[in-house]
Amino acid sequence: MAHDTTHGEHSGAKKRIWQVFIILSILTIVEVVLGIFKPDFLVHTDLVSLSLLNWIFIVLTIIKAYYIVWAFMHMEHEAASLRRVVVWTGVFLISYLIAILLIEGTYIQEIYESGYITWDF
Amino acid sequence: MEATTVAKTGTEGKTWGGGDEKPLKASYGKLMMWFFISSDALTFSGFLAAYGFTRFKFINEWPIADEVFNHFPFLHGVDAPMYYVALMTFILIFSSVTMVLAVDAGHQMQKNKVVTYMALTILGGIIFIGSQAWEWSNFISGEYGAVETRSGKIIQFADSEGNRVALEEFSSASIKDRTQHEAKNGIWYNSEASYNPLSIEDVKNGFAANPDLRVRTMEITDEGEKEVLNREESLLKLNTSGIGVIQGANLSQNEYGAPLFGGFFFFITGFHGFHVLSGVIILIIIFFNVLVGTYEKRGSYEMVEKVGLYWHFVDLVWVFVFTFFYLV
Repeated sequence: MAHDTTHGEHSGAKKRIWQVFIILSILTIVEVVLGIFKPDFLVHTDLVSLSLLNWIFIVLTIIKAYYIVWAFMHMEHEAASLRRVVVWTGVFLISYLIAILLIEGTYIQEIYESGYITWDF
Repeated sequence: MEATTVAKTGTEGKTWGGGDEKPLKASYGKLMMWFFISSDALTFSGFLAAYGFTRFKFINEWPIADEVFNHFPFLHGVDAPMYYVALMTFILIFSSVTMVLAVDAGHQMQKNKVVTYMALTILGGIIFIGSQAWEWSNFISGEYGAVETRSGKIIQFADSEGNRVALEEFSSASIKDRTQHEAKNGIWYNSEASYNPLSIEDVKNGFAANPDLRVRTMEITDEGEKEVLNREESLLKLNTSGIGVIQGANLSQNEYGAPLFGGFFFFITGFHGFHVLSGVIILIIIFFNVLVGTYEKRGSYEMVEKVGLYWHFVDLVWVFVFTFFYLV
């Protein structure tokens, strides 16, 4: 009996691994196909200063990251406290860094474009 | 001697009082690996955010990834954007799968399965590093070449239909006397730059002799393509701005666009490749430990789990590098 239950859990873990592999592959294939064909309306529709296509790429990447961390790195079996320590810290610091740097980059780009000095000679 | 005892806090046996429940319910080793991964994740975010900063700064003149990374082994001259990096991504994802299978087999204490899956993981890692070396060698040797302008930007060349033209196709190196630059003739740290037989005069002469040629600037048009100047503007641009010939890429300049593009490419993919390399080395060490039965004796394959965490992290970073370097 005991043997049976451990065996059941084991095949469940294996199933989960292959399931996540298939999800990751499909997401990567979708990214590659979109990257090759670059549908016009996705490229030319802007949403919060990025094209829709780029948002799709970023969202798909975050979904992939979620599956890698949760399933492959066994985050789903860790204590909630450990999950929060790792994920919240990272998400907070990284979003802060990205927001600050991208805003600054945009600002410098505007200075380059609208300033009275030419940068291309 | 009761006098030496420390006052009791009333929390003995609980986590806060240092009881035997493990902090965050994880073993010491795994917890430390998570700490390392968190800090390493911030390092990579720093690099990628700096890349984003530079890219936003040069948003209208950044190289188009599909034009730069369009090679595939054995398909010379065929425009194959994305396929190669997609293949590399699959190799790394698959090596992650074999790694997690090894960890799973470790939980079941099945030594032989751990050995097989770890061997496959190491193989995947080695193939990935090899692929990256090939990618680097293509990036460094370049394909079309470009001309550097006085402002440090670059111009490329195209025919009247807008198809790219390589420098060698229209200009040939003239015969000239050449003396090697030696340290005694100049500042001691100033060694001779890599030698390119093609000089800027050769390119200018070749360009003037071929009325079909146009200059392609770094500027990205509304259609998402690089701007191609008309013949008069092209001649003017090349003759007034062109100061040097660039072939391929190095740390200070590259034929693809903004000089920092090459720097970021080498630094970020290089730093990631270095992680893969160290991952492979750690995997090999643990692999031999598994072979000699260290973890069998210890009664736990947790070490495989820890190196697995690191390996998945390397995969995770690649997922982001892939998106921000090749897709976005």
